[in-house]
Amino acid sequence: MSSVDAALPAARSQEESILSGNLRDFLANRMSVAAAVVCLAFCLIAIFAPLLAPQNPYETDLLRRLQPPAWMEGGERGFWLGCDALGRDVLSRMIYGTRVSIMIGVAVVLLATVIGTTLGLLAGYLRGPVDMVIARVCDILLGFPYLIFAIGLMAMMGPGLQNIILALCYKEWVLPCRVVRAETLAAREQDYVEAARALGASRWHIMRREILPNILSPVIVVATFRMAYIIIAEASLSFLGLGVQPPTASWGSLVADGRAFLLDAWWVSTFPGLAILALVLAINVASQGLRDAFDPRLSR
Amino acid sequence: MSPLRLAERLLQLIPVLLGISVIVFAMMALTPGDPVQIMLGDSLADQAQRDSLRRDMGLDLPVVERFFRFLGNALTGNFGLSFFHRRPVMDVILERLPATIELTLVAMFIAIAVAVPLGVIAAVRRNSLLDRIATIGSMLGVSMPGFWFGILLILLFAVNLHLLPVSGRIGFGHEVKMVTGFVLIDTLMAGRLDSFLDALRHMLLPAVTLGLAMSALLMRVTRTSMLEALSQDYVTFAEAKGLSRVRVVGRHALKNALIPTVTVAAIETGSLLGGNMIIETVFGWPGLGRLVVEAIFSRNYPLVQAAVLIYATTYVLLNFLADLLYTVLNPKVRL
Repeated sequence: MSSVDAALPAARSQEESILSGNLRDFLANRMSVAAAVVCLAFCLIAIFAPLLAPQNPYETDLLRRLQPPAWMEGGERGFWLGCDALGRDVLSRMIYGTRVSIMIGVAVVLLATVIGTTLGLLAGYLRGPVDMVIARVCDILLGFPYLIFAIGLMAMMGPGLQNIILALCYKEWVLPCRVVRAETLAAREQDYVEAARALGASRWHIMRREILPNILSPVIVVATFRMAYIIIAEASLSFLGLGVQPPTASWGSLVADGRAFLLDAWWVSTFPGLAILALVLAINVASQGLRDAFDPRLSR
Repeated sequence: MSPLRLAERLLQLIPVLLGISVIVFAMMALTPGDPVQIMLGDSLADQAQRDSLRRDMGLDLPVVERFFRFLGNALTGNFGLSFFHRRPVMDVILERLPATIELTLVAMFIAIAVAVPLGVIAAVRRNSLLDRIATIGSMLGVSMPGFWFGILLILLFAVNLHLLPVSGRIGFGHEVKMVTGFVLIDTLMAGRLDSFLDALRHMLLPAVTLGLAMSALLMRVTRTSMLEALSQDYVTFAEAKGLSRVRVVGRHALKNALIPTVTVAAIETGSLLGGNMIIETVFGWPGLGRLVVEAIFSRNYPLVQAAVLIYATTYVLLNFLADLLYTVLNPKVRL
C-alpha cells in the first residue's frame, strides 16, 4: 500500500492546490461567504442554546398566554418575541428549535452521504450484479414522492427524533449514491486508477484512497444542497405533527402551534417560520457558492 | 421512438412498481399494533368475533400469501374497508381525489404563467434589475417553507385585508350539485357564475402557495435554457437576417428553450403531490392529502397504504410521461 502512496506524490500535491484554489474562489464570492457566516451563526446558536435563551423554553405561564412581543402594547422586556398559547417564550423556544433543525439536517445528510457514497463507489467500481441490485433499489425508492415516503414511514414508526432521522435517510442516500456512481464510472477509466491497479493496489484501496478523494467535490456540493431540503422536510413533518413530539420545540411545530391563533397572535407562527426561511436561504446561497467554486460543471 | 422501444420502457416500469408495492405492503405489515384491535376499538366484541374478523381480513394467512392477496386486490382497486369510514377505501379516496387534482392543476397553471414570462424576460435582459429581482425571488421561492408561506398569505389576505376566504373549497350558499367533482367545472355547468367566482377565490391562496416552489424552479430553468438558446448560431443568424428582436426571441429561441421547462414541469407535478398534504392541511382543503394526514392520526392504515401506493404509482407514471415528452420534443435524444 505504501508503495502506491509513494508512487503518486505529485498527484497528491496537485490535488491539494486545486482544493485550495477552489476555496479561494469560494472566499472571493462575498454573498456566499456572508451566507456561510449566517449558517455558522445558526450552528453557534444551536450549540449555546441554554446560554442564549432568555427564558426556560418549557416553562408555561398562563398569565402570559399569547403575550405580544416586547415592542408592542402589553409586551414585556425579556419576552422579546412574545409568548405562545401556554405562555412559553417564543424566542427561547425558537433558539432551542435551532438545535432540532440543525441536528436532524446534519445527521440525515451525514448518514445519507456515508451510505450513498459507499454504495455508489461499490456500484460504480465493481459494476455487474452489485451495480444492478443497487440501481434497482434506487429506482424503486425514487418512485416515491419524497415527503409521502417519509410520511408513510413516520406513520409506521411513530413520531420521535430518531425515527424522523431514519425516515428521511431511507430515501436520501439515493442522491449521493447516484452522483458517486456516475463519477466513479468515469474515474475508474482514468490513468491514475490504471496506474494504481498496475502497482497491485487492492480494489478497496483504489476505491477509498484513489477514487474517493477525487470525486469528493460533487459529493460535498450535493450534501450541502440537500441540507436545505432536509431542514424544510423536517419542519414540514413537525408541522403536520409527525415530527419531534411536544414539549420539545421544533420550528415546524412552533409554526403549527400558532396556526389556531392567527387572528389574535400572529407572532407565534411568524417568527419561527422566518427562522426556517433565513437558515434555508443561507444554506442555499452558500451551497451555490460552493458549487460554483468546487464543481463548475454543475453550475449553469 | 419505435413502438418496440416504448414497449421496452413500459416493461421496465413493472419491477419498479412491484418494488414499490412490496415496500408499501411491508410498511403497513410492520406497523406495530393489531389492525383488528384498532378497527374494533373499545367495542365489546368477544374473542370469537375478533377471530372471525381476523380471518375475514386475511390476517391469519402467512405473510407471503397476504402480500399476493394485497397485490391482486390492489390491481383491481380493492384496498379493503376504511377503518374510520366503514366504506371501501377506494370510494373514500375517489371522492376526495378531484379536489386534489383540481388544486394541483390550477397551481401548475399559475406556476407556468408566472415562471415562463419572467424567465424569458430575465434571460433577454440579462443582468438588468429585473433579472436580479427575479433571481433573488426564485432563491427565496425555493427556500420558503410552503406551510409558512400559506400562513403568511392567510394573515395578509384573509385576516387583515378580508379579501379572500381563510379555508374551504366553496362558501355557504354557493354550493352546487357535484357532477364531475371539479368545483370550477361543476359551478359553470350549473350556470352559477357567482359560485364559480367564489370557488376561484377559495382556490387562489392554496394554489399560489402550492405553485410557489415550482414557479421558482421553472423560472430558473427557463432563464438558463433561454440564455443557452440565445447564444446559438441560429439565433445569431435570424438576427443577422434582420428579424425583429421579438420575433427572434418568441419564434426561434423560445421554442427550443421551452423543452427543458416542459420536462421539469412534468416531473415537478409529481413533487406537488407531496406538497399537497401540507397545503391542504394549512387551508382546510378537502382533498386526498388532508385525508391521508387525518388517516395517519386515526391509525386508519388501509387508507394510508392505498394512498401511498396511488401517489407513488402516479409519480412513476408522471416521470415516465416526462421522459416521453422530452423525447418527443427533442428528437436529438433517443430514449
